[in-house]
Amino acid sequence: MSQTRASQPGALMGFVHRRRRGAELFLLILALAVGVGAYAAVGIGVEGHVPADIVGYGGWLTALVLAAHLVVRVVAPYADPVLLPVVAALNGLGLAVIHRLDLATGDTFARQQLTWMTLGVLLFVITLVVLRDHRILTRFTYTSGLGAIVLLLLPLVPGLGKTINGARIWIGVGPFSFQPGEVAKVLLVVAFAGYLVLHRDALALAGRRVVFVDLPRGRDLGPILGMWLISLGVLVFQKDLGSSLLFFGLFLVMLYVSTERPGWLVVGAALFTAGAGLGYYLFGHVRVRFDIWLSPFAHYGEGTDDRAFQPVEGMFGLAWGGLIGRGFGGGSPERVPYANSDFITAAIGEELGLTGLIAVLLLYGLIVERALRAALISREGFGKLLATGLGAIFAVQVFVVIGGVTSLIPLTGLTTPFLSYGGSSLVANWVIIALLLRVSDLARRPLPDLSAGDVEAEADVLSTQVIKL
Amino acid sequence: MSELTLFLIRIAYLAILWIFVLSAISVVRSDMFGARVPEAARSPQPRGKERKPAKPAPKRRGSPSHVLVVEGANAGERADLELAPVLIGRGNDAAIRLDDDYVSTRHARIAASGDQWFVEDLGSTNGTYIGSVRLTQPTTITLGTQVRIGKTILELRK
Repeated sequence: MSQTRASQPGALMGFVHRRRRGAELFLLILALAVGVGAYAAVGIGVEGHVPADIVGYGGWLTALVLAAHLVVRVVAPYADPVLLPVVAALNGLGLAVIHRLDLATGDTFARQQLTWMTLGVLLFVITLVVLRDHRILTRFTYTSGLGAIVLLLLPLVPGLGKTINGARIWIGVGPFSFQPGEVAKVLLVVAFAGYLVLHRDALALAGRRVVFVDLPRGRDLGPILGMWLISLGVLVFQKDLGSSLLFFGLFLVMLYVSTERPGWLVVGAALFTAGAGLGYYLFGHVRVRFDIWLSPFAHYGEGTDDRAFQPVEGMFGLAWGGLIGRGFGGGSPERVPYANSDFITAAIGEELGLTGLIAVLLLYGLIVERALRAALISREGFGKLLATGLGAIFAVQVFVVIGGVTSLIPLTGLTTPFLSYGGSSLVANWVIIALLLRVSDLARRPLPDLSAGDVEAEADVLSTQVIKL
Repeated sequence: MSELTLFLIRIAYLAILWIFVLSAISVVRSDMFGARVPEAARSPQPRGKERKPAKPAPKRRGSPSHVLVVEGANAGERADLELAPVLIGRGNDAAIRLDDDYVSTRHARIAASGDQWFVEDLGSTNGTYIGSVRLTQPTTITLGTQVRIGKTILELRK
């Protein structure tokens, strides 16, 4: 800050953000109570006693969460205090619900999910330690765009790709299968943000006006439109409806935020309507989803094709749960196919009721709010766009999947962030949280004080030279 | 396990969940504006050195008097440092108005601190450079330091 500015009692300048690491620790302890408490409640409800491995399980969860907290304390001291606890609580709750479904079906998905969570926290730590300034990512704008497209194309490679449940979005290496689209979405946000921050003036100002919108010039919009069309085309080709919707929404939000032109929303809505209409007439699987959504009970039960079995059982579960739920072990969420991934919100709604489901939704709301908050207070364009894009991923993804489970919109397969069973999604989401913490850390860090003596001013100059951008 | 115990566990777990949600919201609420720092604590007076805000130190020989555009579309334009802080950008309120597509509306500012001059980027799109280094914080400039903004180069002159 220049001295003239500092000497004026500015409206906003009188505030600096506190570190709030103590608040984070307090919330983390509560989050552990949510996670481990759910595990204990599952044991009591299903097996009649507190599970024997509660100490080992709780200890491992605590160690993971505390490790993440300590790393944040050291390398991102000003980072947002709410994000990590909310994520830890969601992850813990998800583990417990998956464990509860395992007990009913005899699988060991919870154990694998815990392994994936460990990997996720590890990558979270690595991201925070390696990436000291998110603006370094602007160097990899086109690289990450290309990387995203390559990752999306990987499942189509013969021998490497695997088709699971009708969608060819997996790659299999040995016994492991991975969904590269989850990583691609992070790379795509980095690419969009890096591109838009350089070209938003040209996108917003140069170009012709057509009906409602100022259409930008082709050379400004071209590269990003290309990246987006290719990824969307790949997803449509792979019949991954959920991810197509996610990428479409993401692109629209970032374009709207960076150019400040509401016309993009009109264009986007028109494109979406056209795309959905076209999809309905061209693709059989889109039409099936629509029919199931409009009249689920015509596709449920004996004498029908029974294609709505999953969503209808999910709705039965939500209704059976009612206001306060059946309690862990009191319902039968395992009746729903894929209850541990796509339909985990139905399982939560059945056993924790509307009260629990609203709490979960509020937690997602908090994640999005904190992401947008980091974007608002960030002092530079790339951080703003990156945080907005990452927040938009969560917002769109939660809307698409929970909207689908509750039959607000047609059902499309996507994971519920942090809750669902699914390694690739969990790991990618932990990295997203690390990026958000990094943006918020730089945004909340107080500005260096320049009004001190000459020596310190010179030190500032030196530190400026060191930062390479 | 009796029915009542299970019911109590169910209620207790929902309570824990909501206590967590509400505490998270209360942390968000208390975080809304950050901590208020007294103005004095935030900009401490320099030790053993008099300061006159908004008024550069008395003219000395060799201290800069104006900012000059040395290269770019507006080469030759100048702004007096008496009127510091000097705003540079494409907007109408800028002291040096640049007709340069790569310059933001409010691009950068040159201001004084003691007898030092600082250039500060105001969150511009393309950044402010000294040499090949993009400014991330206010940086001292001296006579003849070339500050690049878009396609324009500025200097402090006597």
